[in-house]
Amino acid sequence: MVIALQISSRELEHTKKYPNEKVISLGIGDTTEPLPEVITSAMSDFTLALSTHEGYRGYGAEQGNKTLRKAIAETFYRDLAVNDTEVFVSDGAQCDISRLQAYIDSSVIIGQAGDFQDGTGKYQNIEYMECGPQNHFFPDLSKTPKTDVIFFCSPHNPTGHAASREQLEHLVEFARENGSIIVYDSAYAAYITDGSPRSIYEIPGAKEVAIEVSSFSKLAGFTGVRLGWTVVPHELLFSNGFPVINDFNRIVCTCFNGASNVAQAGGLACLSPEGYKAMLSVVGYYMENANILVDTFASLGLKVYGGVNAPYVWVHFPGSSSWDRFNEILEKTHIITVPGSGFGPCGEEFIRVSAFGRRESVLEASARLKDTFLP
Amino acid sequence: MIHRHLISTSISSSSPSAFLGQDHLCNLRRRIVLHRVKKSWICKCSAKPSADKTAYKTKVSRNENMGKLQAGYLFPEIKRRRAAHMLKFPDAQVISLGIGDITEPIPEVIASAMAKRSKSLATIKGYSGYGAEQGEKLLRATIASTFYANLGIGEHDVFISDGAKNDISRLQVLFGSDVTVAVQDPSYPAYVDSGVIMGQTGRYQNNVGYGNIEYMKCSPDNDFFPDLSSVSRADVIFFCSPNNPTGSAASRNQLTQLVQFAKDNGSIIIYDSAYALYMSDDSPKSIFEIPGAKEVAIEISSFSKYAGFTGVRLGWTVVPKELQFSDGFPVAKDFNRIVCTCFNGASNIAQAGGLACLSPEGLEAMQEVIGFYKENTHIIIETFKSLGFNVYGGKNAPYVWVHFPGQNSWDLFEEILEKTHVVTIPGSGFGPGGEGFIRVSAFGHRANVLEACKRFKELYK
Repeated sequence: MVIALQISSRELEHTKKYPNEKVISLGIGDTTEPLPEVITSAMSDFTLALSTHEGYRGYGAEQGNKTLRKAIAETFYRDLAVNDTEVFVSDGAQCDISRLQAYIDSSVIIGQAGDFQDGTGKYQNIEYMECGPQNHFFPDLSKTPKTDVIFFCSPHNPTGHAASREQLEHLVEFARENGSIIVYDSAYAAYITDGSPRSIYEIPGAKEVAIEVSSFSKLAGFTGVRLGWTVVPHELLFSNGFPVINDFNRIVCTCFNGASNVAQAGGLACLSPEGYKAMLSVVGYYMENANILVDTFASLGLKVYGGVNAPYVWVHFPGSSSWDRFNEILEKTHIITVPGSGFGPCGEEFIRVSAFGRRESVLEASARLKDTFLP
Repeated sequence: MIHRHLISTSISSSSPSAFLGQDHLCNLRRRIVLHRVKKSWICKCSAKPSADKTAYKTKVSRNENMGKLQAGYLFPEIKRRRAAHMLKFPDAQVISLGIGDITEPIPEVIASAMAKRSKSLATIKGYSGYGAEQGEKLLRATIASTFYANLGIGEHDVFISDGAKNDISRLQVLFGSDVTVAVQDPSYPAYVDSGVIMGQTGRYQNNVGYGNIEYMKCSPDNDFFPDLSSVSRADVIFFCSPNNPTGSAASRNQLTQLVQFAKDNGSIIIYDSAYALYMSDDSPKSIFEIPGAKEVAIEISSFSKYAGFTGVRLGWTVVPKELQFSDGFPVAKDFNRIVCTCFNGASNIAQAGGLACLSPEGLEAMQEVIGFYKENTHIIIETFKSLGFNVYGGKNAPYVWVHFPGQNSWDLFEEILEKTHVVTIPGSGFGPGGEGFIRVSAFGHRANVLEACKRFKELYK
């Protein structure tokens, strides 16, 4: 992500300028809490087994370990008619997005996006669906032109909004009418607290119009370990009737060689009863952080969004440039956030604050913000 | 002669049921066609659309480049046939000398480093989240100093990958659809297939290959080094040495010619050195040993065949800072952008393993394992030689390239499988230039390799 590079270099600059200040990072959404032991010992045991004849494993199936695929289908898609043959294990959603050849950055690289227009801050051939407080962070589909592929992330990074069942039904209907394919990013589904749908496949008819990508990164702290998955339903067909899964499978076999078997062993442990419980407890920890941040910014009199179904807090500074706000917060409180414009033109006026951090850091950040900005 | 046309799906599920036609996605038919026809195993994916005519279809057009691909990727196809064979002969002891998959355990010094890193992720001090997309600093530096000492390659030129195969596709994305590509013929299928997917090629023609690709024939006649004077210019030249599948290692002289050729044509070489440590003679291990190569070449490599990391997933790509596009833009800058956008770094645990591989103890342990496979290679070479075959490779690579002049390689593959229960790889799977050859891989338990050789002797005595 380009914005990540920019933030990193600003952080470096700032640290040099203020070598004695403790910079708190609530910017890049990087997990901070150690992994539960039940998961790390599974990975450790697996790697030690690799040094034995019985335990050694070479090339795995490019689609992923069968047991893990089954466990993913059973854990996240039980009763949703998604089976293990539709689950492809990846080394992370970001990587599969490129394999699906999409998102703004990689679609520019693939050549779909046209030229970047400085005036609007948009790439020419991409349809930008505005999501703001004015439309409850769900695009007005009646004003959205038809496109072949629709990227939809819920719970949303960066706004933190989780689409309701009604909104998703509307989206699926929209896709059906237009013959579009939805690429649904559910990487933050585990953070939902209000009963909003966790998978697009909870919506009837979605299997015929949607691919779902997800990740163990924010679910299990696997940001460095690298593991995720993509669901491509058998029912999803190209206009000529050819199954999308066939082509995705071919891509996976040609351009990929499977996620690390060690990461997959960890993934399996994540989905054991003990592992799952431990994982969700870490998710809960970050959501506690999010609560603290929501309260903090609200106490400053700001309009705050997100933070309820996602580990991101989306703070509105009407009429402001998001980079100016970013810089101000950084200069005055030594806290790194992310300027909303880094996510697209509609992010202007917003700051994203990530809830990933050690509790002490979040509390310290909260104190600094209050001290600095409370009238 | 009975020619068999196999129509298979491009789905790669390793389960035998897919092969046996229970796959509801594609109709799988096995026909025995009795006529003399230009032999080709090429199976165009005849995946029929869903039988139910009322099935909902999106309006999204299939990427036509995917439709150009001939059947499935080679190695899953081999897996499928092996699985089908095992179902047919449940009591046979099937031996795999096909897919180049490592069989010996990872040396303890390396495995325990990974175990240690795994455990440390459970601690506050040891936990790390996102790593640098280019890879961990120390690993990059150690790769540079271990493999590229005195070659002017530094830490910043090294990008850690989750395997060379994956970086091949990322490099294709880097170059885009408008470049022309040259490959050795035969060659590792990922170079061509990834190019087809990117839209660099025309349609496929039986026994000729894909349109718009420059196939550089490598055969016994030219000592497995292409006659560059008859090769047309291409933007990108894939070159693998020691070579998969032929096992041939290019000499310093040959690589000097190659670099000159690239310079003369303003081409970029993608040099695959994944088997460099299998070299027995003093042929160059890196393209960067050739003066001037830094301005024309990218090098890819992997821990797969050195450390048994085929499942662990770790490799690297060197993009020298000196390498520039025609407008002067540094290639490394774009590659860095690709890596930051389309990738998120190799697994941190795999990287910890990589570092251990490059410790003195790790290097020694890897050499021991490599030595073991080289011994296997030797056994296989001797076997085929003793049977009167012309045998190539094996000296500098873990692959033996056996010549069966005038014979169809898929038929040979099937015959060997049927009669000896040994899986090999048909040469034409690597390109038209592979026809008439079988690749035998030296990765296997010693006992299996010895048994396989015994069976070859029976078959061909």
